[in-house]
Amino acid sequence: MADIQTQKKQKEYEKYVKKVTPVHSLPLNMARAFLVGGLICVLGQWIMNVCQNMGMDRQMAGAWTSGTLILLSVLLTGLNIYPKLAKFGGAGTLVPITGFANSVAASAIEFQKEGQVMGIGCKIFTIAGPVILFGIFSSWILGVGYWLLKIVGVV
Amino acid sequence: MCVAEQAVGRQSIQFQNPVSIISGASIVGKKEGEGPLGEAFDMVGEDPMFGTNSWEEAESTLQKETAGLAIAKAGLQKWQIRMIYAGDLLAQSVASSFGIADYQIPVYGLYGACSTMGEALSLGAMAVAGGYAQYVLSITSSHFGSAEKEFRFPLSYGNQRPLSATWTVTGSGACVLGRSGGQAQIAGLTTGKIVDYGLKDSMNMGACMAPAACDTIYQNFMDFNRLPEDYDQIVTGDLGKIGQNILWDLLLEKGYDIRKCHTDCGLEIYDGEKQDTHAGGSGCGCAASVFVSYVLPKIRSGEWKRVLFVPTGALLSKVTFNEGKSVPGIAHGVIVEQKEEGGQS
Repeated sequence: MADIQTQKKQKEYEKYVKKVTPVHSLPLNMARAFLVGGLICVLGQWIMNVCQNMGMDRQMAGAWTSGTLILLSVLLTGLNIYPKLAKFGGAGTLVPITGFANSVAASAIEFQKEGQVMGIGCKIFTIAGPVILFGIFSSWILGVGYWLLKIVGVV
Repeated sequence: MCVAEQAVGRQSIQFQNPVSIISGASIVGKKEGEGPLGEAFDMVGEDPMFGTNSWEEAESTLQKETAGLAIAKAGLQKWQIRMIYAGDLLAQSVASSFGIADYQIPVYGLYGACSTMGEALSLGAMAVAGGYAQYVLSITSSHFGSAEKEFRFPLSYGNQRPLSATWTVTGSGACVLGRSGGQAQIAGLTTGKIVDYGLKDSMNMGACMAPAACDTIYQNFMDFNRLPEDYDQIVTGDLGKIGQNILWDLLLEKGYDIRKCHTDCGLEIYDGEKQDTHAGGSGCGCAASVFVSYVLPKIRSGEWKRVLFVPTGALLSKVTFNEGKSVPGIAHGVIVEQKEEGGQS
């Protein structure tokens, strides 16, 4: 076990390393994320408008929008373009649905060599898994909350 | 026969009869071939898969080809190699196992993360010096694709690498060691301890390994009673830019200034600005290929007469990282000298 003196030394080293390690510029990264993320959303809105102009209702158009964005992201992942986009755009490419699709497609491509079941089957959600699990779990919690509020008669 | 004491100081060995480095061979990937050392490598593979179907197979092929090349350059047949000391970064060191299985040469598989070439050269030199083998082969490899898969994310997953991250070298380096031949020799060793300063950032491996490099270099100075000036160059493995600065600071604290005679394989192999590799290169193949293609030629030409080669390794796995453990470092020192004129050739 590390005694107090070692812990102190480790803390000092950590502080020192933090001082000498360069980091990406946060404002620049945020600006890029805003730009790329914003463009992806504009693209989504455009697809949505096109779909609605073709006579779809809002819900149907939404489904088509998500589907198209996912397809595009998967294609760009397969062509190895999405990682370059993500290097520039950071969270701007991570947060929209395209980021999720990229993480699933990338895992599928990488682990396909290990077989359909043990490779793709087991490992396709290596990165996206937590999002799915905790996403569903939190929506369940919200559902329970909604149900309770309904019983009490608030909503 | 009486064996003279060859252990010096606390962690070092000074060979009574230095061990010859008969030949060296290196094969690297395309990106490394485009780097500043591009011309110096024996071969540059244009295909990242090296004609195979997976990253792991690709790395095995890389290692197999490099081993064959080193043996051929030494003018030997493969049956003359008594044993191989081999290692890589993959779990259970599979790149080595599958790579050199076909040769049917006795083999010791090693793991010392990116410091493995230091380990392979040390153990190989000991085997030769001890009279257990006339010729041994020391070899390591790493591959960007297989390392990313092993330690980080699938290759086509989009993310931003921090500036402190290093780029795993696709490459392999091999040396044939023996009792005589060649123009370079291993004169001594300093075996490294595992040094842990408690850092947990696996994306800043230079900072995790610098304390280990400092420890080994300092111990080497103590054990051999030397100063930085006694070496024409001290060459660390893959500390990168940040790790190099930390190493300098740590050694300055101990009263040694190595800034004038220090370089790092991770900094030599890429042009950090142009090739966008961030802190530098890393991986077992980094120290090995740079040693063979950059350090050895300089020793042969006489530009450097004595070099302290210190490959560095970060001893982590995905599991220990996820379980919140720190990233301990290790570094092995190998003293490489030019053979004196009139010596055996």
